[in-house]
Amino acid sequence: MTRELTYREIEASHTLAEIQDPEREELLTLNLGPHHPATHGVLRLITTLEGEVIRDVKPMIGYLHTGIEKTAEDKSYWKVIPVIERMDYLSYYFNAVAFCGSVETLLELEVPPRAQYLRVIHLELNRIASHMLWLATGALDLGAISVFWYGWRDRDSVLDLFEMSSGQRMHTRYIQVGGVAEDIPKGFERKCREFTAGFRERLDQYSTLIDQNQIVLQRLRGVAPLDEQTLLALGVTGPLLRATGNPWDLRKAHPYSSYDHFDFKIPVGTVGDNYDRYRVRMAELRESCNIIDQALDGLPEGPYITPNRKYALPPRHELATSMEALIHHFKLVTEGFRPPPGEAYYPIESPRGELGCFVRSDGSAKPARVHMRDPSFVNLQAFAPMVQDLYIADLIATLAMLDPILGGIDR
Amino acid sequence: MPDATGLELIAQELRDRDAGTVVNTTYFREKAALEVAPAAINDVLEHLKGKGFSFLASVHGLDYYPEEPRLGVHYELLDMREVDRITVKLRVATDAPNVPSVTPAWPTANHQEREIYDMFGVVFDGHPDLRRILMPEDYEGFPQRRDFPIGGEPVLFTHNEPHMPGWWEQDDIEPR
Repeated sequence: MTRELTYREIEASHTLAEIQDPEREELLTLNLGPHHPATHGVLRLITTLEGEVIRDVKPMIGYLHTGIEKTAEDKSYWKVIPVIERMDYLSYYFNAVAFCGSVETLLELEVPPRAQYLRVIHLELNRIASHMLWLATGALDLGAISVFWYGWRDRDSVLDLFEMSSGQRMHTRYIQVGGVAEDIPKGFERKCREFTAGFRERLDQYSTLIDQNQIVLQRLRGVAPLDEQTLLALGVTGPLLRATGNPWDLRKAHPYSSYDHFDFKIPVGTVGDNYDRYRVRMAELRESCNIIDQALDGLPEGPYITPNRKYALPPRHELATSMEALIHHFKLVTEGFRPPPGEAYYPIESPRGELGCFVRSDGSAKPARVHMRDPSFVNLQAFAPMVQDLYIADLIATLAMLDPILGGIDR
Repeated sequence: MPDATGLELIAQELRDRDAGTVVNTTYFREKAALEVAPAAINDVLEHLKGKGFSFLASVHGLDYYPEEPRLGVHYELLDMREVDRITVKLRVATDAPNVPSVTPAWPTANHQEREIYDMFGVVFDGHPDLRRILMPEDYEGFPQRRDFPIGGEPVLFTHNEPHMPGWWEQDDIEPR
């Protein structure tokens, strides 16, 4: 339908805000991004300004579109995991759990308790890493360079833990269909406990550094509030929704991967402004530490991946002695498994909201459709109503508190 | 989740209102799904909203190639009070891929319907600004369709920019 238009005409065809009184008002269209350090990736914002006040914002996305969903249709199920981890590049464990959960639903495959606990430990560590990057870059947008360094420091100690358990710092491929790739090594538990104990102190330090900081309060408090009903209509989930006081969290509401075994709270805000968004995320970090400690305490014994050889690779030592193991290994590596035809949608609570993976199987060894309901993609729709009639400086702060990840938006 | 019986009750209610609304019901892996006629989608979602499914969690596009009708749209509804989910599906053919847009009633569907238009070519009638969202706006074809080939697309660099059709040539600049 846009074939007849030239590129320039397409650019000009976007409807922007209209002025009421042309005698007195004048609108300025300002293009922000896609290459701009404060857009946290390659997000392009066409802003319409009246003086310094924003009258309209149009987010333009797709600059990071890499066709991961199309690529996934060309790979066998277990080879999809590495590409799907690269969608939302800050919450790779979440992407993998959503996809594997969806495939496990199709296969009706039981995940052993130890694997579920190991998943929870890594998911919560990943939530800490993701939130620390949000804090670091978000504070940088407000001009706090020291918080930027502190945030990266703490994120790095989480990545050290990932490196210990899987060999990789990012995109670890640790989550497998039916469980996890490897048991945690000796010393991981001690390191992990050291981390959570130290991180709680760090959280206190952040609290004294930021919570009552006059600049932070002036820049965030009362800025860009959006009420619960509008957010629900726009499909917004995660910390943004919880900041308005709605305690919707899939970990509590619809527990998956043994989240119902742990005792934790859901932090909520009151008015849903930027300061509430900040405080909700900071409080979530403390709850994540509690979940990790409880999961380490109660870590059950047993296999870390399903013993069903049709779906999980046999252990290395069996290959030397068992013909059957060799056949299973060969079948899995060359062809993969074939889930029965059907469709499954598996939602989990990612650091940014409901992350759901939809998988359709047509009975072959490759998925017929993989679609990620990415929270950043949906949450971005709330950005324009949030920043309307604010100053342009608040746009940057609000975008930081929205925490969109462009890898997840564009996929 | 509504169980198999609950799903049939909902389907019956919808059939009582209009006999042609519900095409099929499936209950797979403890998940209820209603397949409805494309024209009735707004009525069905409205009816389910009255039953508590007031949150549209996701909209997916699919291509059922080689089955006909090929294109599918799924609406994942969520009841936040009862923590219940239900899927509403519809199917359209590629030669008349028109579906009424649900964006006026469910603002969250805005980006997601644009994505499905972009990737599959489903046209959502009544959408406020139906244009491509992830692919470039002058892109041809619908890449997520199953018969769309992978690869073979030239990458835009500065040296081949004047030779790229649809990008540079329409303007006043002469190809070098």
